[in-house]
Amino acid sequence: MSSSSVLIQFLNGLAGASSLFMVAAGLSLIFGVTRVVNFAHGSLYMLGMYLAVWLAERVGFWAAVPLAAVAVGVIGALAEISVLRRIYKAPELLQLLATFALLLLIKDFALWAWGPEDMLGPRAPGFTGAVEIAGGAFPQYDLLLIILGPVVLGFLYLVLKKTRWGILVRAATEDREMAGALGVNQRWLFTGVFALGALLAGLGGALQIPREPASLNIDLSVISDAFVVVVIGGLGSIPGAFLAALLIAEAKAFCIGLGYSQATLVIEFVIMAAVLVVRPWGLLGRMPVLARPGTAEPPFARPSLRLRWTLAIVAAALALLPVVSGGYTLVLLTDMLIFALFAASLHFIMGPGGMYSFGHAAYFGLGAYAAGMLVLREKFPMELALALAPFAAGFAALVFGWFCVRLSGVYSAMLTLAFAQIAWSAVFQWDALTGGSNGMVGVWPAPWLSSKPAYYFLTLLVCASGIIFLWRMIYSPFGHALRAARDSPLRAEASGIDVRATQWEAFAIAGLAAGVAGALYAFSKGSISPEALGIQRSVDGLVMVMLGGIQTLSGPVWGAALFTWLQDAAARNVDYWRAATGIVILALVLVLPRGVGSLLQARQ
Amino acid sequence: MSKIALSLLLFIAAGTVSAQTIKIGELNSYKVFPAFLEPYKKGWELAVEEINRAGGINGRKIEVVSRDDGGNPGDAVRVAEELISRENVALLTGTFASNVGLAVSNLAAQRKIAFIAAEPLTDKIVWENGNRYTFRLRASTYMQTAMLIPEAVKLKKVRWAIVYPNYEYGQSATASFKKLMTQAQPGVQFVGEQAPPLGKIDAGAVVQALIDAKPEAIFSSLFATDLQKFVREGNLRGLFKNTVVFNLLGGEPEYLDPLKDETPEGWWVTGYPWNEIKTPAHQKFLDAYRKRWNDYPRLGSVVGYTAMYSAANALRKAGGTDTEKLIAALKGLEMDTPFGPIVYRALDHQSTMGAYVGQLARKGGKGVMVNWRFADGANFLPSFEEVRVLRKD
Repeated sequence: MSSSSVLIQFLNGLAGASSLFMVAAGLSLIFGVTRVVNFAHGSLYMLGMYLAVWLAERVGFWAAVPLAAVAVGVIGALAEISVLRRIYKAPELLQLLATFALLLLIKDFALWAWGPEDMLGPRAPGFTGAVEIAGGAFPQYDLLLIILGPVVLGFLYLVLKKTRWGILVRAATEDREMAGALGVNQRWLFTGVFALGALLAGLGGALQIPREPASLNIDLSVISDAFVVVVIGGLGSIPGAFLAALLIAEAKAFCIGLGYSQATLVIEFVIMAAVLVVRPWGLLGRMPVLARPGTAEPPFARPSLRLRWTLAIVAAALALLPVVSGGYTLVLLTDMLIFALFAASLHFIMGPGGMYSFGHAAYFGLGAYAAGMLVLREKFPMELALALAPFAAGFAALVFGWFCVRLSGVYSAMLTLAFAQIAWSAVFQWDALTGGSNGMVGVWPAPWLSSKPAYYFLTLLVCASGIIFLWRMIYSPFGHALRAARDSPLRAEASGIDVRATQWEAFAIAGLAAGVAGALYAFSKGSISPEALGIQRSVDGLVMVMLGGIQTLSGPVWGAALFTWLQDAAARNVDYWRAATGIVILALVLVLPRGVGSLLQARQ
Repeated sequence: MSKIALSLLLFIAAGTVSAQTIKIGELNSYKVFPAFLEPYKKGWELAVEEINRAGGINGRKIEVVSRDDGGNPGDAVRVAEELISRENVALLTGTFASNVGLAVSNLAAQRKIAFIAAEPLTDKIVWENGNRYTFRLRASTYMQTAMLIPEAVKLKKVRWAIVYPNYEYGQSATASFKKLMTQAQPGVQFVGEQAPPLGKIDAGAVVQALIDAKPEAIFSSLFATDLQKFVREGNLRGLFKNTVVFNLLGGEPEYLDPLKDETPEGWWVTGYPWNEIKTPAHQKFLDAYRKRWNDYPRLGSVVGYTAMYSAANALRKAGGTDTEKLIAALKGLEMDTPFGPIVYRALDHQSTMGAYVGQLARKGGKGVMVNWRFADGANFLPSFEEVRVLRKD
């Protein structure tokens, strides 16, 4: 690289950092105060883009940008008032499920309102050309963005430091309960913060339209970038978000400049993993305030008689089903059973373990890939591959888990996501071994298992045993130790429980179980490709667990069955099936905040 | 007497059979790639209406059972299983992304049902991973790349840079381009390669890196959002001033139309100049499509329309829904399409559907293709010997 191209790539990085910062700042602000992991933040950004393109044709670009930002802010406020406000008291992370439903709704809304084609916005009047810098041309608009990022940072700094509202926001970020006890009206504070965060997302989107067309896939790609920035910077820290945005954008620009463009697939996640391992609370973040005693969940109730009977009847019905029904019912049930085991394994670390994982699909996918590779490349018999493959997933969980159990809460969850993305990109990139983006085809069961009823029985047997094993473990001494480590690490440590070792072990067991599900999945589909360990699959797992109820024993199993069935039925019968799924999830969140599994729970 | 009764019985039985519709299973990623697949759906819906209005197939109407495959292989396989075992479809058609196409193709071989892969471009679906149940309609990545080679060679440029979306389609387009160029023009140099993630190109940085490589020409397989960002940044930063660009798929209305007045002039592309093709076959399709949908066709419309006619023609030729007969019918099936006659090659099940090669230009604030010619797919396939080595069956 010549010195002039170094300079220009540096400026490219700065412009990219500004865009990234604006969307991440809003996310960080919202999380800092309300503890909501806002999955719909990328959707708000996308909405900002679409609104700005649409408005720019009517009122011009410069009027469209603030209008779009304010409109998105209002939409954010409405979402907070109508949905999130009702569920702040519900189990943690349920808000995540609600915002996931919003994501689905906004996506289909955008498709309905603006159609499927990408919408390329106008260039910004006054900033349409390029200026000459060091012998190269650099867009004027990018220079403007470079200035706007720090301006927004300064504005947020002033609002948070110098206004009364900002002081209250900071107080609530520090200690929510204490701020509430001192008479701060949290309801409106939360609404205000959510509106400001949404407005920033909308602004970020609107300002992006001269550089990028509004498209329907932008929401998910932005949300993962924004999460990474927020976590690297330190949750709730606005200057941290700026620093992290700078770091990531420059790293990407120089990867491209130096000819390592493939690395941009994963560089941000590598940086995140490295930062979290060295600085567990991000660059400028601080150790979170410890949860107060009394917030711990009550122990899992022993399965009630009603639950035992229900499970026994369901198991008997499932075992007898092939007598009356063949064909597609068995295919769908096979999927449901596999996802039930997957969800139960995630629940094992999230519920009793209290360790959130946003990257659980990594173990599902690695189990599937290991099965595929053993059968196709090593020519192992299918039965042996099925038995061995989960250990690959378990081994990965052992390695990744060692790092993850050293962190807590959302940081730990984000580290699981980083590892999952690193595993995903390795699978995606490593053509010779994994088949790259196409994956592997021809992963079929042995002949005696290849009929639908035979494979269904195998799945039923393996998944039911796996789930029962995990459930029994929850009530074993190990399960009790795990719960103690979750509720009161210090007391657990004092009574002789090695907290980290216990959590690490649980993590590996969950990975192993997810690997079993993954291997079964591979053989049921006959093929395997990188989506099996993508973010979407991890999110699906979270949705299943939350839908079923994180603090219930059997909830995740019902959640998995319900979600799989819902997707299947909605996709077949409704054109806008994503929106339909979103509405059903929202309704369940509001009506059954403790999950569908709570219906079968013993009364306490 | 009993003979009369028997023939009466046979007559009734035949009557009920002929009254039954033939079910065709269709699955695609409608919600993941709506820009391409909404016109695609309109295309096959038009075909179904035409076929049934003309009396169906041997007196039986066709009925398409269409499903959203969710855009990932796992869901697609489940959906295909549903079409096979619950809906009892005669054959499968559809799919867009390569990985989904390959997964469904593999399932088709496992469940022994014919599958016409309409959209997927991957070479593997007919070659390395080809199987006797799978047939593919569209001109593949290799074919479309090969179609651009003659023009690329004519320019006699030595220094080429390459930019492609980092997944199988972009990778194999790049590999084919390098191989074919090196054969056709020994001494060609590849001076820079950029592989941004699909849908997430960092256009400013990529354009700058390409400028630094000082290429005389660029081969790109970007499309959709990535292409729009690349064009805008490249225009702004002067990348295209002295550089010729070849862009696979760049002339398809799906990807060209959003560029509007920023369409870069002089680029060589493969695509579909729908308003300039004057052949009777295309005119008939164009009129019917506009009349039915009050919109102009995109390339997806032609693909959907032709895929459904392929299915119908195969059913007609097979004289029934038996899979073995359908495969025999599809092997070497000759038929007319809006792009002219095609044949599904018996050797590798690839159709010879071609594409239009031309240059981009601006006309009235819109992007159009000029200097175009039709490239017949049959002329851009590797030799039978090469294909035989690739295919394992």
